[in-house]
Amino acid sequence: MKKVKVLILRTAGTNCDYETQFAFELCKAVVERVHISSLVERKDRISKYDILVFPGGFSYGDDIASGKILANEIKNKLGDEIKKFALDNKPIIGICNGFQVLVKMGLLPEPDVFRQSSTLSYNDSGKFECRWVYLKTCKKNDSESNCIWTKNLPDIISLPIAHGEGKFIPSNKKLLSTLNKNEQVVFKYSTKNGDIPQYPLIPNGSIEQIAGMCNAKGNVFGLMPHPERYIFSLQHPAKKGFNKKYGWGKVIFQNAVDFVK
Amino acid sequence: MKHSLVCKIVDILDLSDRELVKLSKINVLALSLIEMKTIQGYFAKLKRNPTDVELETIAQTWSEHCKHKTLTGIIEYIQENQEGKIKKIYNNLLKETIFKATVELNKKWCLSVFEDNAGIIEFDSKNGVAFKVETHNHPSALEPYGGSATGVGGVIRDILGVGLGAKPLANTDIFCFGEPNIKDSKVPEGMHHPKRIAKGVVSGVRDYGNKMGIPTVNGAVYFDNGYMSNPLVYCGTMGIISKNKIKKKVNHGDLILVVGGKTGRDGIHGATFSSVQIDKKSDLSVVQIGNPIVEKKVLDAMLKARDLNLYRAVTDCGAGGLSSAIGELGAKTGAIVYLDKVPLKYDGLRPWEIWISESQERMVFAVPKKNKKKLIEIFKKENVEAALIGEFTEDKKLTLIYNNDIVANIDMHFLHNGIPKLKRLAIYKEKKEKIQKSVDMNSLEILKALKVILADLNVCSKEWIIRQYDYEVQGQTIIKPLQGNNIEISGPGDAVVIFPYSIVKNTKKGIVLSNGLNPQYGKINTYKMAASAIEESLRNAVSVGADIEKIAILDNFCWGNPNKSEILGSLVRAANACYDISKAFEVPFISGKDSLHNEYSVDGRKYSIPPALLISAIGVIEDVANTVTMPLKDEGNKIFILGITRNELGGSVFSKVKGFKNGIVPSVYPNESRTIMKKIYQTINRNLIESCHDCSEGGLAIAVSEMAFASGKGVYVDIDTINIGVEESLTTAETLFSESNGRFIVEIKPKNVTEFKNLIKDCVFAEIGYVRDDRKVVFESRKNKIKVQEKSEVLFNSWSGTINW
Repeated sequence: MKKVKVLILRTAGTNCDYETQFAFELCKAVVERVHISSLVERKDRISKYDILVFPGGFSYGDDIASGKILANEIKNKLGDEIKKFALDNKPIIGICNGFQVLVKMGLLPEPDVFRQSSTLSYNDSGKFECRWVYLKTCKKNDSESNCIWTKNLPDIISLPIAHGEGKFIPSNKKLLSTLNKNEQVVFKYSTKNGDIPQYPLIPNGSIEQIAGMCNAKGNVFGLMPHPERYIFSLQHPAKKGFNKKYGWGKVIFQNAVDFVK
Repeated sequence: MKHSLVCKIVDILDLSDRELVKLSKINVLALSLIEMKTIQGYFAKLKRNPTDVELETIAQTWSEHCKHKTLTGIIEYIQENQEGKIKKIYNNLLKETIFKATVELNKKWCLSVFEDNAGIIEFDSKNGVAFKVETHNHPSALEPYGGSATGVGGVIRDILGVGLGAKPLANTDIFCFGEPNIKDSKVPEGMHHPKRIAKGVVSGVRDYGNKMGIPTVNGAVYFDNGYMSNPLVYCGTMGIISKNKIKKKVNHGDLILVVGGKTGRDGIHGATFSSVQIDKKSDLSVVQIGNPIVEKKVLDAMLKARDLNLYRAVTDCGAGGLSSAIGELGAKTGAIVYLDKVPLKYDGLRPWEIWISESQERMVFAVPKKNKKKLIEIFKKENVEAALIGEFTEDKKLTLIYNNDIVANIDMHFLHNGIPKLKRLAIYKEKKEKIQKSVDMNSLEILKALKVILADLNVCSKEWIIRQYDYEVQGQTIIKPLQGNNIEISGPGDAVVIFPYSIVKNTKKGIVLSNGLNPQYGKINTYKMAASAIEESLRNAVSVGADIEKIAILDNFCWGNPNKSEILGSLVRAANACYDISKAFEVPFISGKDSLHNEYSVDGRKYSIPPALLISAIGVIEDVANTVTMPLKDEGNKIFILGITRNELGGSVFSKVKGFKNGIVPSVYPNESRTIMKKIYQTINRNLIESCHDCSEGGLAIAVSEMAFASGKGVYVDIDTINIGVEESLTTAETLFSESNGRFIVEIKPKNVTEFKNLIKDCVFAEIGYVRDDRKVVFESRKNKIKVQEKSEVLFNSWSGTINW
């Protein structure tokens, strides 16, 4: 069977790389954490990987705005390679700070356009918050998600969030309706029963409760919650999960690995 | 004006005693006359005056902060109580109390105690876990955000600098502040308002910890106006280290590499300033400036280098800066350092400033010459500054060069061992404790008191603080600081458990962290305060599933001015409790720190803080699956209490709320309590316990209420079934709010009750109630015709409404 190769891109301030690596390894992938400076020296290396990951953290301290400096750096130094990776229909995920990076370099929501058209801004509460939330998985014709990363999930899952700038804001209404039409909205903050939540169940005031989204093809995925922090049931506040052992976050990584295979 | 960058000769040989004292004061050297005279004597023998660099180096090395000269000095101790006087001489208080307990307990699983930057205990056959707690009080008083941030940054570096470097897994943070709603007019001139200090300190911890990617998981906040001008900020870090990386060794000929942040004029005199009282004229330049991303880069790069075995020793630049770091590493060899090779933030630093600056995010390495290139290459790849600034020698001298001039040349032996032993007098007059007048309250009054206590600053929810910390990063926090579903509802957990699965592959083991602190008791009796703090930290750890046989503790003393004999006396008394309780529970101390001189002056009057002893506990648990949380789980389950409730309301929250003057401060009964702790561990491991919570601040009624509202369930407690002390009579209110140590509330499934009772038959216990299906919390005493009842949601609102800034 083919070994699936995962590249976790890191830089100054990256900090969720170890647990993200572990999550992929649990799904039998081979993972490398690579510093951006090494990658820039050997750009051709990127295409040798099957999955590309922008992990959580505070890249460059989130100075100016969260993810902005790294987004610019990647776009300037590795833009062509990253765009090709996305258009080749290879899985890309950005988690938390990684999601901010994807949005701010414009790889989401439209990698072919590759221009920033939305943002993730300060939480309405004005502060950084760490808590668990309920997420509603948006499904095509109510059966399966359009995103390759979020197949095989129940309608409602819970995951932890930890961010200060997670409020998703599209530049205009047209973009929002395009996202909805193309089924690019993947996760929405919700109540336990799938209803529209109030703060703190929606921790940031995101437009239309958007917590995660993908490109139209469904291979590029960004989300504020942290699936890598819920790969075991033990990590859940009430130790809940599936098959007595795993957390729902694991399914997300498994989906991408299976997709490549 | 252009700064003169050369070093100056300081004339001390001809100075009178008075002039020596003045010199120490003007230059913030914080040295006593005897110490100044010792220095004078040393240079008289050398037949020359010292340079400013030399004088500063000695002052930093001999500071209370670095040398702990009070605790290791000679103390003549006099204890007075009704039975008479006891006199005792301590030649080294630390060695004769805290450290002595550790030596006598001689636990094989203690891998490194009181010698390195942190204590280390065994995790498994291949790994150890290191834990260190520091204080950063004075900087946080002057500049709350920067002070606390650099406190976090500093203790993380202690963990990076233990052995050859541990990987940090978790942070802890405990604070003492003045009351946040005090009127502006009551805040002393020149001091920040306590609420501003609190918010600034929390933000500093949040930004540094979160950006380092280290979860801030455990803590406590204590409000008392005694800390208004002198807040306490304790920062702790726990890390994991391979057993074969615990030892470091410096060889002569090894190069000195300084890595990370550049050196600037921030944090000049931090080490000595911590021994000087704060007042409105205190200088801000003593506060360091932090940058977590620089430290994160250092962490990433150095762990890579560590795993390639590229260096022989490492330590952090903390208090005293390079002076302290290189002084320590080279104590046995000698060192030569070229100060002009140290990377600077900006021009204009004098040589002594470069040498003692406490600029942040710097680590110092001893590097074998052959590894030089490879090591520097690693740091360069991660964009980390790294500069070779000197070499370890074999002449046992400290030589500093600046622009080809020798600016310091002193013996390592004098620097580290030349300090004269301090001799101090300590007096402890035991305060007599009396039982308060019997407290008779009706049901409504008790309910009202319950709500007031839940809302009290020292009991109420700290969620506003906790959720600003990323306590989930690294994904290993499996028992979380807030327990409940962590979405709609949560209650206060007793301890946290870290499951280091991403570092130690295939492990089942976990690391538990908890703490104990209660300055209120110390206002009456520092022995009982210390004993209670230790027991509370153990109780908290045991509540989530820790094994009392595998717990170690850390001490952090924050005290007032030790030159005052009564203040020092109260410290000696607390240190005695540390020995007694550590021995009795067979729980060793592995590391500690003291911050004395927590004194501030207002309008010419000097005030010392209420003494505070923080005990931090670390334990290793065999199987993380066998851990429990505090929220009640299922309707119909039975509620038990283990331990005895005594008439112990001295220093309690209830006493504070009711304004009682009298009351007995809770004692610790080690035999009773240790047996219970062992049994709880056993029963948790047999999966017999559904939830567990210890009784601490506020007492039993608070503990039970918290268990109920953390799950949104109801509970019934029959007060008449609770075990009270022999020959004691307690009213209902006293039973509900007494803060007796050694008590746990547990929830048991009906089908497990028989087995549970069988296992704990050696303990004092009672079945006191059950989990209700109607969300009501009920405390009833038929004997006294009392029935206190309220919806758990209403109690939750009382608890969660106080701190919401």
